[in-house]
Amino acid sequence: MNMKKIIYIILTLLLTISCSKDDRGVAAVYVPTPAPLQIPQVFSDNILPPIIPPGNPQTLEGVALGRKLFYETLLSADNTQSCASCHAPANAFTDDTQFSEGIDGLLGARNSMPIFNAAWNYDNKFFWDGREFGLEMQATNPVENPIEMHNTWQNAVQALQNISEYSFLFEQAFGSSQITKMNVVKAIAQFERTLISANSKFDRHLLGTYTLTTAEQNGLNVFMDEAAGDCFHCHGNPNNPLWTDNKFHNNALDATFTDLGLGEITGDPNNNGWFKAPSLRNLSFTAPYMHDGRFNTLQEVINHYSDGLQSSTTNDPLMKNVSAGGNHLTPQQKSDLLAFLLSLNDTEFINNPNFQEP
Amino acid sequence: MKKYILLFAITTILFSCTKDDGVDFTTTSTPITVTFTQNFDGDAITVNEFNNLSYTNAHGETLSLTRLRYLISKIQLHKADGTTILLRDYNLVDVTNATNLSFTTTDNIPTGNYTLSFVFGFDEVDNQQNYIPLNTVSWNWPAMLGGGYHFMQMEGKYTASGSTTQEIYAYHMGTARVSTGVFEVNHFTVNLGAVTIAENQNIEIKMNIAEWYKNPFMWDLTQLNNTLMPNYTAQKHMQENGATVFSLGN
Ligand code: HEC
Ligand code: HEC
Repeated sequence: MNMKKIIYIILTLLLTISCSKDDRGVAAVYVPTPAPLQIPQVFSDNILPPIIPPGNPQTLEGVALGRKLFYETLLSADNTQSCASCHAPANAFTDDTQFSEGIDGLLGARNSMPIFNAAWNYDNKFFWDGREFGLEMQATNPVENPIEMHNTWQNAVQALQNISEYSFLFEQAFGSSQITKMNVVKAIAQFERTLISANSKFDRHLLGTYTLTTAEQNGLNVFMDEAAGDCFHCHGNPNNPLWTDNKFHNNALDATFTDLGLGEITGDPNNNGWFKAPSLRNLSFTAPYMHDGRFNTLQEVINHYSDGLQSSTTNDPLMKNVSAGGNHLTPQQKSDLLAFLLSLNDTEFINNPNFQEP
Repeated sequence: MKKYILLFAITTILFSCTKDDGVDFTTTSTPITVTFTQNFDGDAITVNEFNNLSYTNAHGETLSLTRLRYLISKIQLHKADGTTILLRDYNLVDVTNATNLSFTTTDNIPTGNYTLSFVFGFDEVDNQQNYIPLNTVSWNWPAMLGGGYHFMQMEGKYTASGSTTQEIYAYHMGTARVSTGVFEVNHFTVNLGAVTIAENQNIEIKMNIAEWYKNPFMWDLTQLNNTLMPNYTAQKHMQENGATVFSLGN
């Protein structure tokens, strides 16, 4: 038993005692075991603490339940699909197809998204177009989405309630064996917040325990040079090792849009074709790339930025060379940039035993 | 900071002594608010006007804003006796996201007459520090350009005079790189002149964006529109033009 647990048991006991003393006859309030996120040093050295909603603190029991639910096929109408079907640990919690198949075999029009460091998404906007606020709200979506798990929440909750183990686990996590949609999504969100990736070669370089190769160092320079790759305005920098700004931009993929992205949500035509900038961590595990999974390889992505930019009225001014079609990197710059991007892979993250199917 | 609090405490005590002596002179102290506004030669700019090609610079390009953030530091009041009160160590004004458009001091400021000054950007000492809130919003300036932080990011679209083709510009300011590994500071100090602090005083610091483009250097946006960060001459022109950008509101 760890120290924290002991303290909490003592606290609970004290609470019980004070209650009986007051003679109010109130039963002791059940408190699950707090399990605050372990913040990696590369984050605490550089960026603000993660966002944990006050109504859903991290607890051991909540995270364990959330992990089980994340892999739970009972959440889908025909009991074949779980969140992990489209968000697998081996793929840094996305999948390897362009569009993911829902339970009815229907395909969406968007590439699944990786899930890591989501508690550091300070604006709390989720999906490619940012339409859901907070991980809890986000998790309400896939269960009923007709092209995903195509269930009703009533059904999903009932299916869980029929299993006595779940009654017990919900009791442990939230103090009530009565399962609710809200507690399901709270548990899932707690698990998702533990998915922290901060142990790539580049992180170790920041901590002084890994020396970048010449190619990786040159690639970082291409990334940080406004006259070369110029990637850092949108995708972080060594002092913001999330490797994304979690903001919305039009990175000049298309001259006209079939998917309006952020514009669809805000109704502002100036936002048409704007999508959330993804993190550049773990790219080796997350292909294909972009909101519609149009690129299969990182070479294709780099060629896009180098020579494939498409002009449109909503281009982000940070895509500075759009009128020239790109920043025209040399073959050497491209291969260095690739080497740098690969230094952001975190294999410990995808193999972390705490994140696998329980 | 402690120094100023001490100073403030001493001042308060001194004044309360005078008061006790029955001299007809009262002083109070008050929190004050500093507000940052933006205009283009008098036309007020808020995020609602973003994306419209509404402004014409001195050289004749018509332009819009899509993003505007700038860093102000060492915001200070100076008394005639040479003492200073630091109102805020730094403030990143973000017009796009409407954050830090104003701040209210946590300490009370004695009412009275002062002059107001601030630094645009960070001076060379402050620019070496690690600011977690600024890293969090990706405000860093690349190490190869001297590191530290951006001073300003002003971006949008423009059309050249007589043209309808929209081009993009990104007017980013920070430390100037003279040559590889050789850097030159690029911040500047702005003295806004006399201010009188009354109860709950609101001080408005106005930024006239048109000035970034005209005085003394006539900025040709068709020539200088992007990749300005590593461009030494462009950085220096920004610093020169910045001198007339700010003024006090009424
Ligand atoms: C059929 C495949 C599929 C299933 C099942 C699925 N997702 Fe997703 N997920 C996606 C796709 C596709 C997107 C991007 C959709 C968009 O942007 O419109 C996404 C986006 C997300 C995001 C947003 C990440 C970000 O950074 O914005 C989160 C979080 C997420 N899913 C969690 C879940 C959870 C939790 C479940 C289970 C309750 C789940 N997903 C089930 C395909 C799926
Ligand atoms: C103006 C901001 C901006 C700049 C500059 C920028 N990107 Fe992006 N990047 C984005 C956005 C937005 C997306 C997602 C676009 C979409 O899917 O529609 C993206 C997507 C990507 C992806 C795909 C990631 C995934 O998981 O699908 C990679 C890789 C990438 N960018 C690398 C780079 C590199 C390398 C550079 C510099 C050469 C760069 N980016 C410059 C905004 C930017």
